[in-house]
Order: sequence, then C-alpha cells, then structure tokens
Amino acid sequence: MSILVNQATRVICQGITGEAGAFHTKNCLEYGTKMVGGITPGKGGKKDANGLPIFDTVSQAVAGTGAHATMIFVPPPFAADAIMEAADAGVAVIVAITEGIPVLDMVKVKAFLKERPNSVLIGPNCPGVITPGECKIGIMPGYIHTPAKEAKSGKKVGIISRSGTLTYEAVWQCSTRGIGQTTCVGIGGDPIKGLNFIEVLDLLNADPDTDAIIMIGEIGGSDETNAGLHIQKHIKKPVVAFIAGRTAPPGRRMGHAGAIISGGDDTAESKIKALRSCGVSIAESPATLGETMAQVLGIRT
Amino acid sequence: MKIHEYQARRILSENGIPVPAGETVLQPEEASIIFKKFGGQMCVVKAQVYAGGRGKAGFVKLVKTAEEARDAAKFMLTHRMVSPQTGPEGVPVNVLLVAPGVDIAREYYIGITIDRSHNTVTMIASAEGGVEIEEVAARSPEKVLKVPLHPLLGLQGYQARELAYRLGFEGKLAGEAAKLMMNLSKVFYKTDASLAEINPLVVTRDGQLLAIDAKISFDDSAMFRHKELEVLADETQEKPLDVRARKADLNYIALDGTIGCLVNGAGLAMATMDIIKLHGAEPANFLDVGGSVTSEGAVEAFKIILSDPKVKGILVNIFGGIAKCDLIAEALVTAGKEIGFKVPVVVRLEGTNVERAREILANAKAELPTLIAATDLTDAAKKMVAAVA
Repeated sequence: MSILVNQATRVICQGITGEAGAFHTKNCLEYGTKMVGGITPGKGGKKDANGLPIFDTVSQAVAGTGAHATMIFVPPPFAADAIMEAADAGVAVIVAITEGIPVLDMVKVKAFLKERPNSVLIGPNCPGVITPGECKIGIMPGYIHTPAKEAKSGKKVGIISRSGTLTYEAVWQCSTRGIGQTTCVGIGGDPIKGLNFIEVLDLLNADPDTDAIIMIGEIGGSDETNAGLHIQKHIKKPVVAFIAGRTAPPGRRMGHAGAIISGGDDTAESKIKALRSCGVSIAESPATLGETMAQVLGIRT
Repeated sequence: MKIHEYQARRILSENGIPVPAGETVLQPEEASIIFKKFGGQMCVVKAQVYAGGRGKAGFVKLVKTAEEARDAAKFMLTHRMVSPQTGPEGVPVNVLLVAPGVDIAREYYIGITIDRSHNTVTMIASAEGGVEIEEVAARSPEKVLKVPLHPLLGLQGYQARELAYRLGFEGKLAGEAAKLMMNLSKVFYKTDASLAEINPLVVTRDGQLLAIDAKISFDDSAMFRHKELEVLADETQEKPLDVRARKADLNYIALDGTIGCLVNGAGLAMATMDIIKLHGAEPANFLDVGGSVTSEGAVEAFKIILSDPKVKGILVNIFGGIAKCDLIAEALVTAGKEIGFKVPVVVRLEGTNVERAREILANAKAELPTLIAATDLTDAAKKMVAAVA
C-alpha cells in the first residue's frame, strides 16, 4: 500500500517541452512511472522525445490519456494558472515543482481549489511525491529509495518534508539501514501551499503498510507546532522529526507582522520543544534521522 | 524586496492615503533650506535606511532651528548607522527625509501581511501605535486586532468600518480611517506586497488623520510583473556580497563563523549549518545554490564564499535532485583552478549523476590538493571541523 500515487497512476507533465519538464519526464519514465503525455500550448498533436503525445490543454490530455496526476514545470508567471487548469480538468493529484510563484497567486489558487475537493495539490516549490518502486512524480533521485516490499528490516516509513534535499537525506539514511519507504511527500517550502503536514500525517496514519513517519520541518510559521498537537491527539504511529535552522540568524524573514501572525515564536528551538512535548522523537542532527528511526522501530544496526 | 520610507510614503500618497509634507535631501545644506521652507518650525530629520532601530541609533532627530537641521543632516550623512538590525559594520545613509513636526493626539498601527496559517492576507490593527507591533503583541495580545481577508475579494468595506470602530475612531474620522484601510489594502494587492504597514497612523490635535511612517516590502517572486517597483531598490543598503549573490541567482546570507558552506536546497543548507555547529565550529554563511544552478553560478558561489576573509574551510554538501552533482564537481574544479583553494574543501556528494561527479573530482585530485572527500553528512562535518582545528 501507499498514499496518493501507486503503480496504476497515469501521469502527465505540464511544461513537458521545457528543459526541466523534458529532463524529468524522461527520468520518471525510466524510473517506471506511467507517464502518458504532456501539455505545451501550441504544440498539441506532436510527440515528445520519448514518443509521448503532447496536448494543447490539460482537459484534452485527460480526455486523451485518462491521466490521474500531473507534474507541473510551468514557469512561475504561469504556474498558478497551470494548477487551476489541472484542477478544473479533474486531475486528482497535482504536483507543482515550480519555484517562485508569487504568494498572492497562491492565495487565489488555494481559494480556487477549495471549490474542487477532488483535487489535491502537492507543492509548489517541492521535489514531488514518490511511492518507491511504483510511481515517481518529481525531481527526486529515484535510486536512493527502497520500495516497501524490498525493505531488509521489514519496516517501512512514510516521509513528509518541507525541504527537498533534506528529504533525500532522510530517504538515503533509511535505505542504507534497510528501512523501506511507503510514500515520500515533499510538501514544499512556500508559505502558501497545497497539502500540509497534518493532511499527509492523516493519510500515512491510515495506510496499513506505513509503520512510522518521518517529518522534516524548518524555521518559520507554525505548521510544525500545529502538526505536533495533531500527532498527540490523532496519530497512532511513531513519528520522528528534524527541524532545520537552529543556527539560522533571526530577522531574515518577511518582516515583523509576519512573525506575529504565526504566533511569534517560530524558531527551530521552540518547534523542537513543542514537538517533543507532543511525544515526537527528535533527531538532533540531520545525519541521525535514519538512526533515530531505526531505534524507534527497534532495528539493530 | 524592501524600499525606503520616503518611497513608501509616495506610494501611499498616490493611492489616496494622507501623508504629511516631507522632502528628501542629499546634502546637509539642503536640510536647512527645507527647514526654512517648512516655516522654520520644528522638523524631524530621518535617515532613509532599510534597517530598523533608527530612533535609538540617533538617526531620527527633532530639530528646532535651520542650524540644528543642517548639523543633524551632516551627522547622519557622514556616519554609517549601526543598530541591532544592521550588524557592527552598519549601513550607509545617503538620503534623508525632512518633515515638519506633527502635533499628535493619538497613535495607531495598521498593517497588512500574508497569513500562512489561514492561506490568505490579513489586516492587523492596534490602537497602540508608535511602538513596535510585536512588543504590543507580546505585552497585550488582546490589543492587536487581526482580520483575515477574503482570498479573492480582499478587504470589504464593512470589515474596514468595523475595525475603525473597534480601534475607537468616532464620527467623521471613523469613515476616514476605514477609507484609509481600503486604500492600504489596494496598495498591498496592486504591488504584490508581502508587508504594508503604517506605524504610526496618527490623529493630530486638529483632528487630521496622517500616515507618519510607512514600511512596504514586496514579494520577490512577483517582481517580474513590477518593473516599476524594481527600480526603487537601493543596493547600497545590502551587503556587497549579498548583491553579488543575488545577481548570480544564489541564495546567500553572510554569517559570523569560519566554515563556508555550499549546499543545494534551503533546508539542507540550514541543516548543514546546524551540523557544523553541532560538531563545534561556526558556519560563515548560508548558501543555497538552488536547483537550476548553472556552472557559472556555481563558480561564482565559490568565489563569493572565498571572498569572505574569515573563511578557513569550505564544506560542499550536494544531494542532487534537479541540481546535478557532476555540474557542481566541474564548477568546483574550474573555480579551484581559477582562484586556487588555499583552504581545505570537504566535499560530500550524493544523488543525480554522482558517479560522474566522483570521477571528475578524482581526476582533478592532483590539481586540487586541499580537496577532502567525505562519505556522508556526519563524516563531512567531522572532517571539516578537524581540518580547520
């Protein structure tokens, strides 16, 4: 089992003829993802380098391929529009890799998605989502992952992270300790985004194959603290967390008022304290995520 | 992106928000001329800098004569302003704002910012203006009013009126305050702001509403559609290395330690700083080269790190996703040949194209004797700390 995506997920790529879109479509195909087509307005009817059909619009692509999921590499000025187009075409899982979408565009997108409850957004500004061995939608290196059924220890974790490369770090540390991964979700680093910690925690909690959960957060906002309270009340599986930014200098953020809204105290230390008090195991170093998880799962290494 | 107070005042004024008179000056003599022009009464001379803490640093001064105006201006224009927000080197002062004194009866705070927990924009208001809003929030949170705005429709008239009454405005002033809030909200959306605040908003003794001090910052990601705002940026207010990094599309922040870091991804970059500290050293910088880094960008990144004289070693930590390890490895070799690495460089690579990257580094070993390969993050941090000890 897994969450969000699996071997049956049919995936299209918005921005398939751009440099990043083309490169990662090929990588996802090679990984085994069922890539079934792509969208570049004006290039409909052509094929990409892999022989996948290109469409002018997402609704045409959905009609033509039966796609359930999309991977968005559209440049920032047009990315919000691309997300809304995918939701309107009924795509169930929308993965927005694009970095640098204006915040006010994302405010509109969130309101738009509220009226389309059958679509979930992952990202933007994220590495994507992967169910190892089945479906990779995004830019993460595939080889570092271990499919759940190939886990040497027999244990499998789900991973949720605000940071792309730190997710790879966590995955790699698990894989080298024989811990498999059910699904890894990069929720992205933007202030306004699609799925957040709590929603993914609930999905992983309900997934019978997931034994435990790794959560990777960072300074800024109150999402991690809120997630901690949610874990304490609703999550039955062990959670290991790492919060990046203990050495980050204060004051390098949006401005005073932003910090007020988030409840004032959004430093790494205060988040770690809050999570710990909610029963979450904290990895003190980014290099001990796998080790901490192995201990929690009772795996001898 | 930040702008100066005088620029923010201009934007507010253009959008129907009452702002008191004021003129910018670049020379001490001009200050005395402007002082006389405003009628020779009390004026305030304010340094135009991005950093806060001006008042306590002595860079906001009330002056009562033309000589005092000139002297205050002379002091500000010939000294760098140092405040807790600037670091010990301070920031240069090139522009001053001279404005006639205002007879203040009451002070308020009005601000608009992004509220990530509600996925929308929120208006913040307080009847305790003129002090830092986080001070008010810490001391008496009930005095900070917050109104989330409709994500598609923005601030509505009834919300602004309600806020005005809750702040204690009465009669005609309540209507004017509500209108001012509507206009501030217009500014926020129109400019893709991340923060727009008036502090203080005052009522004068003769019953006028005035925006005395204003701060606006913009969403960097939206600057592609605001060429008219981009030109307002004042590079002298940033550290030279920060400007250089931004031009190379690098996310760089100078810090006080001795270990330079070159990392891909903001989270991993922060975590790399954390682990350096965990092993007993201090990071010299935060540097995220980003996913779509070019080889020129990566070479520039090495040069920027090495131009900081405090740097005693560099830790390169790349977990390739979009960023490809071989590209970083090639850039490292190029940079090393060009500038020569006199300090130890510990390299930890994993992810996309890592095998090719290891080959590139192995082949360049003879030319780059200070290169140290690391197997994982802990290994890298330990080797780095040991190498500079």
